[in-house]
Amino acid sequence: MQNLDMKKAAWIYEKMNDIRNFEDEVHRIFTSGEIPGFVHLYAGEEAVATGVCAHLTDADYITSTHRGHGHCIAKGCDLNGMMAEIYGKETGLCKGKGGSMHIADIDKGMLGANGMVGGGFPIAVGAGLRNKYLKTDNVVVCFFGDGAANEGTFHEGINLAAIWKLPVIFVCENNLFAEATPQSYSSASKTIAQRSLAYDIPGISVDGMDLMEVYKTAGEAIDRARKGEGPTIIECLTYRKYGHFEGDEQKYKAKEGPEKERADLDCIQLFRKEAIALKLLTKEQADEIEANSVKAIAKAIQFAQGSPIPRPEALYEDVYAD
Amino acid sequence: MTRKITFMKAINEAMDQSMERDERVILLGEDVAGGATIEHLGNEGAWGGVFGVTKGLVEKYGRERVIDTPISEMGYMGAAVGAAATGLRPVPELMFNDFIGFCFDTLLAQGSKMRYMFGGKAKIPLTVRTCHGAGASAAAQHSGSYYGLLGSIPGIKVVVPSNPYDAKGLLNAAIEDDNIVMFFEDKTLYGIKEEVPEEYYTVEIGKAKVKKAGSDLTIVTIGKMLYVALEVAEKLEADGVDVEVIDLVTVAPWDQETIINSVKKTGRLIIIDEANPHNNTATDISSVVADKAFDYLDGPIKCICAPNTPVPFASNLEQLYIPNADKVFDLADELIADLKKS
Repeated sequence: MQNLDMKKAAWIYEKMNDIRNFEDEVHRIFTSGEIPGFVHLYAGEEAVATGVCAHLTDADYITSTHRGHGHCIAKGCDLNGMMAEIYGKETGLCKGKGGSMHIADIDKGMLGANGMVGGGFPIAVGAGLRNKYLKTDNVVVCFFGDGAANEGTFHEGINLAAIWKLPVIFVCENNLFAEATPQSYSSASKTIAQRSLAYDIPGISVDGMDLMEVYKTAGEAIDRARKGEGPTIIECLTYRKYGHFEGDEQKYKAKEGPEKERADLDCIQLFRKEAIALKLLTKEQADEIEANSVKAIAKAIQFAQGSPIPRPEALYEDVYAD
Repeated sequence: MTRKITFMKAINEAMDQSMERDERVILLGEDVAGGATIEHLGNEGAWGGVFGVTKGLVEKYGRERVIDTPISEMGYMGAAVGAAATGLRPVPELMFNDFIGFCFDTLLAQGSKMRYMFGGKAKIPLTVRTCHGAGASAAAQHSGSYYGLLGSIPGIKVVVPSNPYDAKGLLNAAIEDDNIVMFFEDKTLYGIKEEVPEEYYTVEIGKAKVKKAGSDLTIVTIGKMLYVALEVAEKLEADGVDVEVIDLVTVAPWDQETIINSVKKTGRLIIIDEANPHNNTATDISSVVADKAFDYLDGPIKCICAPNTPVPFASNLEQLYIPNADKVFDLADELIADLKKS
């Protein structure tokens, strides 16, 4: 595993800021009615996507979730193309035909956000099977939420990855709620990580607000996968800044107690502080990254707003490959 | 060179030749080899599929390419979609088409939509082999015919061969195709024998076949129903009625041109489909023909399908369930009454 050096820390800090600014802006614009449909925002969970994807290249794959913008950005997808996609424009990553819930870029190894909760498990297993069959050392990261952990695909996917020793890392973003229902109610097992015992693979719960911890744990699991030692479940305890979707009143969120304390944590600020203390980032550098990120997102919005809507004929295109 | 082989052997040969031609082709499914990890078997398969359709392939290509899966349709079908999206050409076997419910999401919401949702960037070269059809006393959960259900989904192609020659050529074409192709095998046809070329060839997907030319009545069939139509055609021939029999071959996208041209010639249409009678391929063909060739019709379009029931177990009931020549003959008689009078 590559130790966190200055270059990597700067990359992570940039991606964290891009995700936060992207989502805060989508939140603001969505309220104005300019963005159609449903959006599920990733803000608050940045340490997970960036801490994991920091170990990946374009040749590694990820599968994503309803809450996929963060994974896209961390996997290196183009911000302009992403914003245009969410606006439903022809210049979008998916020509405006996927939208927020299906945003993808196979060239970047991003196999799609997924409108079906738990839809990513078997697809990730298939990509892992491909990596193993072609004798590459590439890995697949399957991001999923605590809600998806109760779908049947969780069991079938992880069981297959385990019996075939596939290079797939299953990263659970446990933000405590599946839509409006708490994980403590939905899951008979106290943690998602403990289910790894049933598949005889490593499973670990980490503080998903702590970038350093996510980075280190993911790095070890990815190293094992690259060496052919099979899958791991990593459960990252995190929290979403916004609701399940935009428009969610969030009545279920606690106003005090441990949940509120978690909600008040900001993984980006925590990382900034720690990275500066460890001399992985300078204060000036961090400030500059923050300013550049704001500019990059503003540019992406301008790009999306200025882009054309899809041609009517596009309705019929790309159903079948020729 | 041609020689007579069974429907089952023709399918096996297509997989064999496709695997030989392209290393990206892998097979996976429940007991497609059988006996994985059992030491005394090694690369010898215990089964070669529940009917033996994949027999001999694991011995030739090894367990890396002929992969036994646990009984996990959702898991391995989704994995096949993922492997196809990332560059392999998987050929999973869904043991019976009635198991589609377990893995429907992977085809309905994932694989079939990826290319469209991802703006044309994805290709899903996936061929799903599955078996269908009543007549084997397998009862309600192992005997249905769900090609129409799959054929209604954009992004999926569906083929239903009726004979060994088409089975081999269509399966090769399906594996070469860069889309999801559902390949339906009627389990009661596995034993039929016919002349099939030894060499590799393909049969065009999307093209119906005129099996018998005629001028008075068109009968369109799917899969095994071809033989029902041929029987009816022979009987009617004795009465001087000239029947055109068309094997649909591909359920999605079905060949509108061939069927409409035939109806323009004959003015009468019967469609035989072993699926349940509503929202199926027969009703779809009927609606399109009524729309596009209404002025050419000399009588109502007749759909002969299975009844709106699950497949029963008792043999006498099962035989009543499957469309047969008597039923078609009665209807045909009605349709061509004017012809016989003249």
